[in-house]
This record gives sequence, structure tokens and C-alpha cells, in this order.
Amino acid sequence: MKTNDVILQTVTKVTVFIIILFSLRLFFSGHYTPGGGFIGGLMTAGALVLLLLAFDLKTVANILPIDYKIVTAIGLLFAIGTAAGALLFNVPFLTHAFDYFTLPILGKTSLHTAVLFDTGVYLVVVGVTMTIIQTIGVSD
Amino acid sequence: MTLLHWAILSPFLFAILIPFLYKAFRKIHTGWFVLILPVVLFVYFFRFISLTKNGDTVTETVNWMPSFGIQFTAYVDGLGLLFAMLITGIGALVVLYSIYYLDKAKEQLHNFYVYLLMFMGAMLGVVLSDNLITLYMFWEFTSISSFLLIGYWYQKERSRYGALKSMLITVFGGLSMLGGIILLYLMGGTFSIRELVGMSDQLVTDPLFMGALILILLGAFTKSAQFPFHIWLPDAMEAPTPVSAYLHSATMVKAGIYLVARMSPIFATSGVWIWLVGGIGLFTVFWGSFNAVRQKDLKGILAFSTISQLGMIMSLLGIGGAALHYNQLDENIYMAATLAAVFHLINHATFKGSLFMVAGIVDHETGTRDIRKLGGLMSFMPITFTIAIIGAFSMAGLPPFNGFLSKEMFFTGMINVLSLDIFNFETFGALFPVLAWVGSIFTFVYSMILVFKTFTGKYQPEKLEKKPHEAPIGMLISPIILASLVVIFGFFPNILSDRILAPAVEAIVPSLIADGQTVKTEISFWHGFSPELFMTIGVIAFGVILYLTLSKWEKIYRVLPQRLSLNSLYDGGLRGSERGAYSFMNGHMTGFIRTYLVYIFTFFVGISLFSLWYNDAFSLEMDKMAPIGIYEVAVALLLVVSTVMILFAKSRLTSIILLGATGYTVSLFFVVFRAPDLALTQLVIETVSVALFLLCFYHLPKLSRHEERMRFKLGNALIALGVGVTVTLFAISAYSTKLFDSISEYYIKNVYEEAAGKNMVNVILVDFRGFDTLFEICVLAIASLGIFAMIKLRLTRRDEG
Repeated sequence: MKTNDVILQTVTKVTVFIIILFSLRLFFSGHYTPGGGFIGGLMTAGALVLLLLAFDLKTVANILPIDYKIVTAIGLLFAIGTAAGALLFNVPFLTHAFDYFTLPILGKTSLHTAVLFDTGVYLVVVGVTMTIIQTIGVSD
Repeated sequence: MTLLHWAILSPFLFAILIPFLYKAFRKIHTGWFVLILPVVLFVYFFRFISLTKNGDTVTETVNWMPSFGIQFTAYVDGLGLLFAMLITGIGALVVLYSIYYLDKAKEQLHNFYVYLLMFMGAMLGVVLSDNLITLYMFWEFTSISSFLLIGYWYQKERSRYGALKSMLITVFGGLSMLGGIILLYLMGGTFSIRELVGMSDQLVTDPLFMGALILILLGAFTKSAQFPFHIWLPDAMEAPTPVSAYLHSATMVKAGIYLVARMSPIFATSGVWIWLVGGIGLFTVFWGSFNAVRQKDLKGILAFSTISQLGMIMSLLGIGGAALHYNQLDENIYMAATLAAVFHLINHATFKGSLFMVAGIVDHETGTRDIRKLGGLMSFMPITFTIAIIGAFSMAGLPPFNGFLSKEMFFTGMINVLSLDIFNFETFGALFPVLAWVGSIFTFVYSMILVFKTFTGKYQPEKLEKKPHEAPIGMLISPIILASLVVIFGFFPNILSDRILAPAVEAIVPSLIADGQTVKTEISFWHGFSPELFMTIGVIAFGVILYLTLSKWEKIYRVLPQRLSLNSLYDGGLRGSERGAYSFMNGHMTGFIRTYLVYIFTFFVGISLFSLWYNDAFSLEMDKMAPIGIYEVAVALLLVVSTVMILFAKSRLTSIILLGATGYTVSLFFVVFRAPDLALTQLVIETVSVALFLLCFYHLPKLSRHEERMRFKLGNALIALGVGVTVTLFAISAYSTKLFDSISEYYIKNVYEEAAGKNMVNVILVDFRGFDTLFEICVLAIASLGIFAMIKLRLTRRDEG
């Protein structure tokens, strides 16, 4: 009997974007409400895993030709770069700075270097989770 | 650095040159180059005699580690000079002898002379150092170079055995001595021997005094082969004969004697010292001479004879220590014992050195040292025979040789013990002359065996490897010089007394000399019909009888079975400790993780509960607790139920699901206790880890996939229960004793003002304490790369393994 996953795949196509949006929401609102880089990264990885389940490894690799080990490395660079950047301003390692800006669309917005650090965390978590799952999935 | 320091270090420096000389001048025997050094040093030290004769000393200090009180202080007094001249003088003769003894084509001469020079420098350092740490350093150098020299023919199994044995025993003693030195430092606050001697009155009352005494004596006794540490010396006879002559008769074994003599002013105020040094020395006299008679190997006889003679010097030093308890020098008869010790030290070095060289010649010219194969060599080797006669008769204590004089003085010293009225010597002191006399009889017997079994009797050419003939003249020079010294010192002992003996004795008993009195060192052949004379006559008479009836009473050596000997004790002890260590390691290092976990957890429970009980730290305060709500109870019940069910689950799948259930319950706890970030993370992480568990479960090998319940083991249950109880008790106690307020107030206040955030958890993670987070993501990255590496690199690993 030939099976097909048309329902799963269709639902996935819709859901993945919702999950990714939700994970981005968790990520960006982390400073004010529950969330942040860690859980945001896990959610994004969850969306990608859903893609892997609905399609196969090769298809996903075609759509998203990403080496997740590099993602991990970039994430670590972000985190350490943010931390080390503080040294340029003659303040201790990992000192954050923030201020309020008026941006074209968003209006008055607070910008915080902690977000850059959190981006590092986010990328590392995505990279790590996906590396593990892909590696174990291919190993057969 | 003065000339004296360079003189002490010159053998080490010269040793560096030896390999180059050996390679550059292959045609010339390397020994000729080496010979220059001890001769020059001997002349150099000879010039000090005029200084020490007047009671002057030389002290030169070079800072080595001044902040630790460690200096390289060279100190020359009568005692140090006597030893330095023995070392360089006999060293020169031994080097000369070795030039003819060792073949330049067959032997690795560069090794030999490097070791020998190292040894010579180390010995000079030992006898001329005033600082105890420097002395210890040179002391261990003698152990190491002696180890190398004994194992010189390292292809032979017996050589390696002997080298290891001497190393283990002397290093054991050396380390004990280091302990003694440290104790002395703790008591006196200085490493300088002379300063310690100055404090000897207050040292004797110190509680550490006895420990220092025993430890120092251990060092001296192991080095000087005193009972029961003498067993390494006979096995060290595997070394080349020049080495035996130099190290194991004239110099290294006397390092212990030197130490005892040097430390006498500090320790001889105690009766224990006198008893131990005198008693063990005297028993060694008896035991060494008694065992020498049974030996069949020429060098074996000489080895036991050395042990016995060293015991003699040692016992004389012990008795000489009694002199410190009597103030008036004029009638101080115990000084005679110290004088006898110093005199016999010189005599022993001369006659034993020549006898070893004779044994080497016999070995060299006949190919064997077994006295059962030898005999009738007198007509082949007249010169060697003459030397042997002189040496052996001196050793036996016959007139007119120097051994006779020192043996008479030995008897005098031992008879004087009878008049000692301190430290219980009235009762057991009578043993001393008796043991000394019996030991002397056996000494006479083996001396006769040594000469007459080798050189007279029946010539047995069929048992010898070579046709014997007289040794080359070069090999004979050194023993001839030593033998003539034996005769000269025998006839004119007083040429030594003022120049050498008196300063050495003064160095051993400095406190008595301080009053401006001088030591009486006149030695005369004839002192009337005294008890000593009758004892000597008795020794000769009984000795002759025993030698003639040797075959009748030789059986007594078989009374004591071989198993009970000290050697088998040593071998058995070594084997036993190896086996013990092996089975101890095998017993507890099983290689199973479960065993190690049992150790770890048991230790954890034990040490934690003990400290809880010992410090009386358990406390429980009810009023600090929050009220318990219905949700907490419900979630806790859920958690307990799922946890307990894991223990009784039959299949692994059930366990995994139940583990997931506990994880989700924990996240429910987080919800109840208002930790939304934790709850979110816990949920996702739990999902991922359950999925990974399932993956593992799917990949389990088919063979061992038994679906069975966990077996109950009482030990494991007890340990698990213990760990649980311990952790619970600690958690309760820790909660009940809060010493300070929490610092969380600061975060609550500053989370918005300082960090512009409202989610305190996240702000702490990325801002207040972002440093932790930085490395946590590193941990994650390492974990993922590790998994990647383990799985992807499996193929290559399979190829390798």
C-alpha cells in the first residue's frame, strides 16, 4: 500500500511559519516577558524538526542548505563578540549598554546590546539541536 | 666558591670530560687520565694536616638556598680531613689498580670512570659538608653512584639484583636520615652541624630528640651495613673488584661510621645512643664474623668480614660516646674507645683494600674466586701471597701488624665497659667483652681460611680456567703500597697519632677538648700483662683449634634453615609487598562502574552523615516554612507515584515514558511555583530527551534485550536509601539555618533601572550574570560537536580497531 503524507505535509507548511513566528516572538520579548534566546532557539529548532518529520532529511537540506555547525559557531561569535565589544569602550567584559531611539516605523524603541548576546544564545541553541538531530538521524 | 669548594666538586666536573677523553684517546687507557685527579686532591688535602694538627679548622661558605638556611658549607677538621685523605688516597690506588684490572678493549671504561668519579666527589661532599641538607644531597649521590657501579656489568642478573637490593636498603636509610635531619632542624632551627653541636644540652630534652636519634641511626646503619641491614653488602660483591675495594671496604660503608662519629657530640648525651650504637655494632661484629666462616667465595668472605669490622668500629664509637658523661679527661678511659675507632678505621681501610685487590688478582689470574677450587697458589704468586698474609694477619689481629694494635685497643674499650656505671651498663655490660672476644675468634678463623685455603694446600689445575701466574706489576703496586702501610702503621703507629688521630678524636668529642686539654694518643705495643693480652692469646689459641677442626663443626651452619635467613626475609618481603599491592589493586579496582559508584556513594553518605553528627548541624525550623497548598500536594504525589513506578517497571519503554512523566511533572511544579521560563524550557527539553531515549531504546542490540524487572539487591537499596536520607537531611538543615538575607532584593530593584528589562530571569541570564551563559552555550556547542564526532568518526575507528 502506498502511503502519502499529504495532510501532514500541508498542515506542516502552515504550522511551521506560525511556530517560527511564535519562537521569534518569544525571543524578542524575552527581556520583558517569559522567553528569551534559549526557549526561542528550541522552538525554532522544533519547527525545523517538524519539517524533518513531514518531509525527509534530503528535502529539508535542499530547502535550507545550512550547515548547523557553522550556525553554532556564528552564535558563539555573537556572544563573545558582544561581551568583548564592551572592552573597546573601556568598561569591564560583558557590560551591556541600552538607550531609546526613534525609528522610522517602530517609533520610540529601546535598543539593548543584550539582544545581540541573546542572538548568540539563540543561534547556538538552534545549531546545537539541529546538529544533534541531523547527525543521529543520518547515522543509519 | 673557594678552592676548597672546587676541590670537592672537581670529580663531578672531571666526570663530564671522561666520555670525550675516552672517545678521543682510544689507545690510552682512560684510567690514566683519571688517576691525576685523586693524586692531586690527595696532595691538596695532605697540606691541611699542618692546620688541623694545631686544632684549627677551615670553614668556607657558599650560599646555595639561603632563604631555606641551606648553604654549601665546606668544613675541614680532623675527622673530615681523615676521611678526605682516605677517599682520595685509596681512590688513587684503586684507579691505578683498575687500569690493569679492566681491559680497555672489552669494558665500557667511560661509564666506569664517570660513576667512580661521581662517587668520589659525593664522598668528599659527605665528609666535608657542615650543612646537613648538603650532606644529605651528597649522601644520596653516593647511593646512586654505588647503584650504578654495582650494576656495572648490567648483563648479569646477579649484578642487577645486587644493585637493586643495595639501592632499596640504602635509600630507605637515606630517607630516614632526611627525616632525622628535618627533626633536628625543627629542634635547633639550623642545618649546621656545628651549631647543633653547640646546642646539644637543650636538644636532649626536646620531645623530638628520640625520633631524630633513631632516624639518623637508621641512615647510618643501612649505609654501614650494620645488622640487620647488612644483607646488601654481600650481594654488592657482583661489582668489579676495584669497586668492591673502594666502595664496599674503604669508603662508602664508612659514611655511616662518619655520620655516627659526627653526630656523637649531639646524641651521645643519651643512653639510647650508646646502647644502640655499641650494642648493634657489637652484635654485627659477631654475626659478620660468624657468617664469614661459612662463605665459599673469596669476596663473600671479605664482604662479611667488612660487615664485622664495621661493627667493631661502630661499637667502639658507641662506647666512646660514654666519655661525654665523664668530665675529667685525664682518667677518661672511654676516650680510648674513640681513639681505637679512628685508628681501626685507618687500619681497616689499608688491609681490607689490599685484601680485596688480592682477591681481584686471584680471580683475574685463575678465573675463579671459589676457595674450594683454589689452593696451592703460593708458588705461582709469591708476591700476592705475601700481601695476603700481611693483610689477613693484620685483620686477624696478629702482631706486628696494625690490626693487632687496634684489636688490643678494641679489647681495652670493651673491658672498660665493665666499669661503666650509667644506663644499666652494670648489668648487661658484661656481654660486651664476651661478644667481642667470640667475634674476634671467628675473625681469626676466616682470616686463616682466606690465606691458607687459597695459597696453600693442594693445587687443583683441572678446576681452574686459566693457568695461574703472577699478576702484572701494575696490578701489584696498589696492594703493595697498602700492605706496606699496614706494616709501617704497625711498627710506627705514633707517626699518625699527633697529626691525624688526635685531631679526629677531638672532632668527635669537642666539648671535652674545650677546656684546653689534649688527647693522649700514644699507642704502644706492649702494655704489660693486662687482660687484653690474655684475650689475644685466647683468640689465637681457640682460633687455631677451630680452624684445624673446621670440617667437624661446620655443620652448625645448617642448623638454622635457609628459610629463616635475613635474605629470604628480604626477598619474601619484597615479593609479598608486590603481591600484596597487586591483590589489593585487583581486589578493589574491579573495572566495573557499579563498584566504583558504590565506593563513591558509600563514601559520600559516610562522610556527610559523620560531619552532620560530629558538628551537631541538623536543625529543623517549622516557622520558616511556607503554607502548603493543594496543588503542591497533588503534583508532589504525581511525582512520587511516577518515580516509584520507574523502579518497578518491567519494560524499558515504560521506564522511559515514566521518566518523561516525571519531567513533565517537574515542569508543572515550575508552573505552580511561578517560574514560567523554567517551565517552558523544561517542557521542551524533556520532550527532546525522551525522544533521544527512545532512539537509544530502538538501537539496543537484539541479543541482550531482556525484558525483565530490575533485580532487588539489598546493598544497592541501602545505599540508595542512605543517599536519599543524607541529601534530605542536608536540605532540611540548610534551609533551617539561613545565616544571611538573600541578595535577590538587589535584582528586583535594579532590573529595570540598570538593565532596562522586566523579565528578571532573562536579565540575570544575559546581563547580570551573562558570563555563566557564555560558557553554558559553549558546553552545548561542545556536546553537539562531540556527538557529531562520535557518530561520524565511527568508520575510521572501526578500521583502526
